[in-house]
Amino acid sequence: MPYDYQPFPYTAPPGLTAPEPRHKVVIVGAGPIGVAMALELANYGVPSVVLDDNNVVSVGSRAICWSKRSLEILDRLGIGDKSVEKGVTWKVGRTFHRDKEVFNFDLLPEEGHKMPAFVNLQQYYVEEFLVRAALDNDLVDVRFKNEVVEVDQTAEAATVRIETPDGEYSLETEYLIACDGAKSPIREMMGLDFAGELFEERFLIADIEMTADTPSERWFWFEPTFHPGQSALLHKQPDNIYRIDLQLGWDADPVEEKKPEKVIPRIEKVVGHSDFKLDWVSVYTFQCRRLERFVHDRVLFVGDSAHVVSPFGARGGNGGLQDVDNLGWKLAAVLEGRADSGLLETYNTERTYGTDENILNSTRSTRFMTPADGAERLFRDQVLALAAKAPFARSWVNSGRLSVPCVYPVNGADDKALPRVSRPGAVAPDAPMGNGWLLNALGGRMVVLALGCQAPEVAGAEVLTPEITDEIRRRYMGEAEKTVYLIRPDQVIAARWPYVDRTAVEATIEAIWRGE
Amino acid sequence: MTALIDTPNLADHDGFYEELLATHKGLSEAESQALNAQLVMILANHIGDRTVLSEALALARKTPLG
Repeated sequence: MPYDYQPFPYTAPPGLTAPEPRHKVVIVGAGPIGVAMALELANYGVPSVVLDDNNVVSVGSRAICWSKRSLEILDRLGIGDKSVEKGVTWKVGRTFHRDKEVFNFDLLPEEGHKMPAFVNLQQYYVEEFLVRAALDNDLVDVRFKNEVVEVDQTAEAATVRIETPDGEYSLETEYLIACDGAKSPIREMMGLDFAGELFEERFLIADIEMTADTPSERWFWFEPTFHPGQSALLHKQPDNIYRIDLQLGWDADPVEEKKPEKVIPRIEKVVGHSDFKLDWVSVYTFQCRRLERFVHDRVLFVGDSAHVVSPFGARGGNGGLQDVDNLGWKLAAVLEGRADSGLLETYNTERTYGTDENILNSTRSTRFMTPADGAERLFRDQVLALAAKAPFARSWVNSGRLSVPCVYPVNGADDKALPRVSRPGAVAPDAPMGNGWLLNALGGRMVVLALGCQAPEVAGAEVLTPEITDEIRRRYMGEAEKTVYLIRPDQVIAARWPYVDRTAVEATIEAIWRGE
Repeated sequence: MTALIDTPNLADHDGFYEELLATHKGLSEAESQALNAQLVMILANHIGDRTVLSEALALARKTPLG
């Protein structure tokens, strides 16, 4: 069954009749990133108003591959289990050249994590789950059909002018968060440059409804016989919906290519029959762009408004949720006076760093998928040819390197003898803990994780001393007898020591709040 | 100080040169290009040292070219 798009209710906002007091946070955009941002802030006790010019979830599957890290974040927002349950879990990707498999990858070859490597779930479901959670949350005030038409800021606050079906009003807010997408009107209104690269390539993207018995895997083809000379991607989604991406070339006419009489014969060749229904079609180009800065005093950019990447690494929606993860606790601390704007600046430095890694990876994949004539095409074609005869070349075949969180360049103490997977800057790896999971136990607080030792009371952090299981030993201790980890509220490891040193831990905590 | 050996290092270089040419024998221009591209990647993987490879690329890119 295709998705049933139900409009969310509009109610006249109070600001139409009397000026509203200055808000803490106003978020522009009720897409997955905007609503996730509001729920994340609500977890820290920060109220927000979410404005959206529309009143339905996004049309078409759009962002479908939610990474392990995203699922962990969604879990904190209360919709993790629901998303996994509804979605199609997968971890294996297969890459074919012509009709032969040349490469496959397993994104989570080990057990002992609450969340799977990836879940395919149409963006409209994620949006619906998030919006429902937001409507049930007293700290989130979602206002549909509220379109921001003007933005301004002073040293103390940002102001937005808003159009509604009942007229205009203004809101003042300590911070304005622009989650208004790749074409961000806020970015436009502020005249900010969105620099980067456009690739001269067009892809057709289609959701089809059909019954089939395919495994839950990601399949990518270079030059398949059903679509000669081009690339194709197949993903399975819930409700018997399949997502197909087909490379069209730069000369393709985007309007013409979206017509069912053009699309259906193309899909018939992919699936080998005509027993399917077309649910949604779009044609897109590849772009990798970002704002130079994500923090503009009182206006913060999060998600696609700050950065766009080409799609085959699942780094768009997942990158946006990592922004949310990074910003929530920092902004909450600034609003409650725990930290000053120096901490907010680390949102800028850390997320532009993460974005650059996403852009680097997706630019490389795009270049491999759509090589320019000449040397680019020569080497691409020869990697594919070589992959059939030499194992090393198979890993060079690049059909997208899928989203994993970056390792932030943090200044915290490290002991190189401890496992690399949990080095400072990395997201803390999950592990079973009692009847639950380590990441759930960490929550969104500053935590001292004491392993194989008793940590003393530490000012400004909770101490956690889980039982040493095989997974905890492997992921956090290695050969060490005891270790102490300091973990930030976004579950990023800040520092680690092979001994207990309360002074060092407390000094690191203070440095984190100062944004150092 | 470079990691790349750019002084004689191959016993029987005349023999290798002959074998290289023989490998290309009978190939079209495009096939020869393809073979060279594969050869570069095979050797790069075998060398397995990014510094050596970067220096090799820089040396090859230096003028005169062609």
